[in-house]
Amino acid sequence: MPNPFSVATETDGEIAVIRLEGAVDAHTAPKFEEAVQTVIDQGQNKIVVDCERMTYISSAGLGVFMCFIEEVRDENGDIKICGLSEKVKQPFEILGFESLYDFCPDVESARRRFDDATAVPGGAA
Amino acid sequence: MEQIERKFALTVPSSTENLALIREFVGSIAQQSGMDAADAGKLELAVDEACANVIEHAYGHDISKEVIIRAKLDGETLSIDVEDTGHGFDPNAVKQEKLDELVNKRRTGGLGMRLMKTLMDEVRYEIEPGKKNELHMVKKLKKK
Repeated sequence: MPNPFSVATETDGEIAVIRLEGAVDAHTAPKFEEAVQTVIDQGQNKIVVDCERMTYISSAGLGVFMCFIEEVRDENGDIKICGLSEKVKQPFEILGFESLYDFCPDVESARRRFDDATAVPGGAA
Repeated sequence: MEQIERKFALTVPSSTENLALIREFVGSIAQQSGMDAADAGKLELAVDEACANVIEHAYGHDISKEVIIRAKLDGETLSIDVEDTGHGFDPNAVKQEKLDELVNKRRTGGLGMRLMKTLMDEVRYEIEPGKKNELHMVKKLKKK
């Protein structure tokens, strides 16, 4: 199959970066969910999801972002979404993710956003 | 000149593993239709959502069941029918809640249907529980 899915997590201090590659659909989303759950279980609530190499996402993948956002924000954390290409942006836009999530151009800017106490969800990407 | 109608069909076991295959099938027909990449992407996503709903909800991940995807291409439209024989549902009972309400309730239901309705020009269900359920979707082709 083209675009094989993979998910990798790296942690640097307080911030966990989850990198998605390939297609996130109803078949692969559970692996993404497991990765997010694992970092939260380890006590990390500042999460960056790097979508730069993600080629596709359906509602199953979007649902993973929705499942955990309240939980991490309750612990003063956040899930920041970065590296979205024009091709995969549309489902996020249709469902109105911009109003609830912080989108960043890349991992470095997402890290900096965590350091910025005035960060506003839906701010400039 | 009169356009010749072209028909395509794909039958796959009811497993999410086959969603990538379904997207390839639909993408290939979109390419034949002359659709641009953006519209082809919309079509692939809408059909993926429809089939994922069938696999998860109508069939409850029962891999012995089949999902049938039929496509019809004429000069003006690309129609896709997704057919199953699983549990039917009342599409009107699926609430279209706002994202923040869903997040508050930690629910994600109804997102797929919202995407389908936004991405396609027509979405219509014919539900006969336990017999046959059909989802008809239409994408109008842009005039060249």
